[in-house]
Amino acid sequence: MTIRSVLQAMIHPHTATDGLGAPPAPAVGVRHTLGGSLQLRHVDAGSCNGCELEIASAFGPVYDAERFGARLVASPRHADALVVTGPVTKNMVGPLKKTFEAMPEPRMVFAVGDCARDCGVFKGGYGVAGAVADVVPVDVQVAGCPPHPEAIIRALRSLTGR
Amino acid sequence: MTGFEEVAGAVLVAGAQIVTVAVGGLLLVGVMRKVRSRLEGRIGPPVRQPLLDLRKLFTKQRMRPEEASWVFVAAPVVLVATAMVVVAISPLATTRPPLGQSADFFAIVFVLLLGSVSLALGALDTGTPFGGMGSSRAMTIGALAEPALLVAILAMSIPAHTSNLPVLVHMGLAHPQMIASPERILALGSFVVIILAESGRLPVDNPNTHLELTMIHEAMVLEYAGPDLGLVTLGESMRLTLLLGLLVNLLVPWGVADRSGAVSFVIGLGALAGKVALAGIAIATFEVFSGKLRLFRVPELLAGGFVLAMLGAVTAMVVR
Repeated sequence: MTIRSVLQAMIHPHTATDGLGAPPAPAVGVRHTLGGSLQLRHVDAGSCNGCELEIASAFGPVYDAERFGARLVASPRHADALVVTGPVTKNMVGPLKKTFEAMPEPRMVFAVGDCARDCGVFKGGYGVAGAVADVVPVDVQVAGCPPHPEAIIRALRSLTGR
Repeated sequence: MTGFEEVAGAVLVAGAQIVTVAVGGLLLVGVMRKVRSRLEGRIGPPVRQPLLDLRKLFTKQRMRPEEASWVFVAAPVVLVATAMVVVAISPLATTRPPLGQSADFFAIVFVLLLGSVSLALGALDTGTPFGGMGSSRAMTIGALAEPALLVAILAMSIPAHTSNLPVLVHMGLAHPQMIASPERILALGSFVVIILAESGRLPVDNPNTHLELTMIHEAMVLEYAGPDLGLVTLGESMRLTLLLGLLVNLLVPWGVADRSGAVSFVIGLGALAGKVALAGIAIATFEVFSGKLRLFRVPELLAGGFVLAMLGAVTAMVVR
């Protein structure tokens, strides 16, 4: 790696999300585009950590979700939307509800991954209480097991409008 | 000049400084994030992202914990109010700010301290474990940084025979050799360490962390939401900008308006923006290449700052 290539990467970085075009239209039922600013709180409700890897990847240097105005935050009080992964296990029903109620209005919920949408391969498991929509109202769903970072970013952009 | 014109001029100058620092401070945060992203190989959020975030926060629901008392509600207001008062009277764009004779460096430090203490009390007020932990850490660091800052100011004010900030900046313009004096350099070196500690930057605190156990400043604001959080963000960015503005004006005073007049004041505002932006870029670059210090090693860093300031003060007394 030469100094020149490092400088070039700084001045004109390339990411996998270059040239994606206009943001997708907001999903049906979404009330706000939040003026290009979206703070997310992530809750793992019982995931296998596959979706976590993809979310981390979406915010890494390759996909760089932050350029669209989305950011992961440390507290539900700071968040506009909850990112929930995994089927909701019995032990996580309470914490998930509490986290949702701790968010100030307007608040939204992303269900990321097949498990969050319909329990996926864990359907009928003895520790599973249900899908995310059975516990908190879901606004946007992202399909995939695990979902591709591009799919996650498409969902985020439908809310940031960028 | 009539009394009315004087008052109107003072209000204009103070207002312009407050607005510049409030808006410019948010942009400064955006610039620093942008620089970090670029150095990490990312594109990063646009520079105006903190402005968008703030606008959105003020449209969100006002949400406060049930157990919180008026202390929790008052803390963000006090934080912003103290920052605004200090910005209004500080020599940021001009060496003749309104009420400049009351802009004593020691007084400014204590007014700013009022803001940090009120935020720590607000964090304690909710009774959450992280709030108390953040407050305790912030106060530990504050208690170590504050003496170093006071001694650094002492070192700067001995040769100038005053601790009045506008006069200190004016003397830097009038006698540039004072800036290169050993006591001023040592004191400003200590000032840099204290700015990093007080504004929660690396290596003392990581502003981007999501790990509650390592948080200092972020742990204190975990319970704030919506407009309250917006005020906290605004206050913090104003404080960072103010401290950087004072540092660059003491280090490179050129560009600051030394006479009254609208043109030189506007030039002063522009110079301030440029110098503070450069300082912010330098800090962001440094942050990319540095890690967070273990909490128990932070006192060593601050002790280093204190030693620098002490050496400066001793030099100032011996050289006289």
